[in-house]
Amino acid sequence: MTFVQNLTLFVLAAFVGYEIITKIPTNLHTPLMSGANAISGITLLGSVVVAGSGSTTLATALGFVAVVMATVNVVGGYLVSHFMLDQFSQRGK
Amino acid sequence: MAGVLGGLPDSVLQFAYLIASVLFIQGLRDMTHPRTATRGNGISALGMFIAVAVTVLWFEILSPLVLAAALLVGGGIGAWLAVTVETTEMPQLVGLFNGFGGGASALVAGAELVDLTATGSGLPVGVTATAAIAGIIGSVTFWGSLVAAGKLHGLVGGSPVSSNVGHVIKAVCLVAALAGGVALVVQPGFAGGDLVPSYWFLIVAASVLGIFLVVPIGGADMPVVIALLNSYSGLAAATTGFVLNNTVLIVAGTLVGASGLILTVIMCESMNRSLTNVLFGGLGGDDEMADRPDIYEGNISETSPEEVEMLLDVADRVVIVPGYGMAVAQAQHAVAELAELLDEDGVDVEFGIHPVAGRMPGHMNALLAEADVPYEKMRELEEVNPTFSQTDVVIVTGANDVVNPMANTDDSSPIAGMPVLEVGEARSVVVNKRSLSPGFSGIPNPLFAEDDTSMLFGDAKASMQELVNVYKENR
Repeated sequence: MTFVQNLTLFVLAAFVGYEIITKIPTNLHTPLMSGANAISGITLLGSVVVAGSGSTTLATALGFVAVVMATVNVVGGYLVSHFMLDQFSQRGK
Repeated sequence: MAGVLGGLPDSVLQFAYLIASVLFIQGLRDMTHPRTATRGNGISALGMFIAVAVTVLWFEILSPLVLAAALLVGGGIGAWLAVTVETTEMPQLVGLFNGFGGGASALVAGAELVDLTATGSGLPVGVTATAAIAGIIGSVTFWGSLVAAGKLHGLVGGSPVSSNVGHVIKAVCLVAALAGGVALVVQPGFAGGDLVPSYWFLIVAASVLGIFLVVPIGGADMPVVIALLNSYSGLAAATTGFVLNNTVLIVAGTLVGASGLILTVIMCESMNRSLTNVLFGGLGGDDEMADRPDIYEGNISETSPEEVEMLLDVADRVVIVPGYGMAVAQAQHAVAELAELLDEDGVDVEFGIHPVAGRMPGHMNALLAEADVPYEKMRELEEVNPTFSQTDVVIVTGANDVVNPMANTDDSSPIAGMPVLEVGEARSVVVNKRSLSPGFSGIPNPLFAEDDTSMLFGDAKASMQELVNVYKENR
């Protein structure tokens, strides 16, 4: 893909993001933040794509710690949002 | 090295990424209403699962055993933290998670560089440039978030400081980190050695930068900082996506970046301050306060739960204004019980919630939802302000600056122009606070000295619980 195609994707995603996120009520900003936080754990993917198979011990150790931290971010973020949202939806029915 | 799915055509991988991107967007769309929000969170998590699973199976990173162990340990820690956390500690936990995300991207970039150098495959510009960006943003996010979480947890001093030395250190570190990045991209061989020293130099400089960026910022501005750092990590992901031509990274990263930026802007607007002012301003100088006349002297009327109960007895409409004090004292259950009792007795009860009340966006809403307050009862500033003139009693618990009328009357005040809850319009105001000490802005609050205001001194939880008990006795 060319840079321009990537840029197209970026600009369109930015518009979609703006449209959706400005519609989210203040009530839900805390779960939104931890949910978005979990999504940002996706950075890991990028590095995973380039990373080799961890041929040195140091690289394996660094990779291990990185995966642990990213998983904490993703799993924790989604769970925290889930518990919070549960409390909202119980009363929202 | 190709993984289990590596033999399939590339379009399969791209298609899986498309599905993941759609799931992220749909997940956020469902977040626009509390009824569908839980489902949205699940959909977003599913998108993440698909993206990670496909990638891991496609490219074999680490050995499967090491990877499984890492996922298990990380998942375990994340789940344990999420399950055991108190709602009041949520802001620092979100900050901590955010930091971990940033730290992870910095570390993987490092691992990647070490690996490529060791295997002698050289360092292409695409890889070094991504690594430099991921390293700088990741380290700033990691250390900045840790300091922010520490401040929210009370481990690091919460008061804002503004000093020129700090600005110089930040500038030097930023330049050093950028120089390290350039060295890494331009001459990886020169800056080489097996351990890629220029990358670690960059990491150290960016780490110091992250710490010095956040340390001077006051505790009450942490929501802005965390939202901003969140948007950084999203933008870091999007940048990585550009270099790697990875669609799901661009889409997801942009969405997170947008969300963080929008929250940052909303909060800055609710304080009528610019982002620059929040990040570099340092609010609340104590020295200028000394010569202010004591506006409280002789004008404060103290009240008791019994007296407040009498006010509530004859009230038709009551608005409760919660603040950070309610969160600290964990008074949300007592407050919610009071609201429920009043509601049962036919009183029109609502909560007036200022956008920056508490320590993260929507903090008060999350706390009150935990205490089973229906979300229809939580009113935003613009909705509740016109109703104060028809309100009999306003109970302010643990809030200060967000109800300070000086924001509208005194142009020289540090909070001038900040939209506030105009509770003074109500027939009577009860302020529950531990003392007359100023809020985050460091200025006195003339509301406390008004004739229609009475002070209910005490810890928010104890006071509210006592009020509930008295109210029950006299029903």
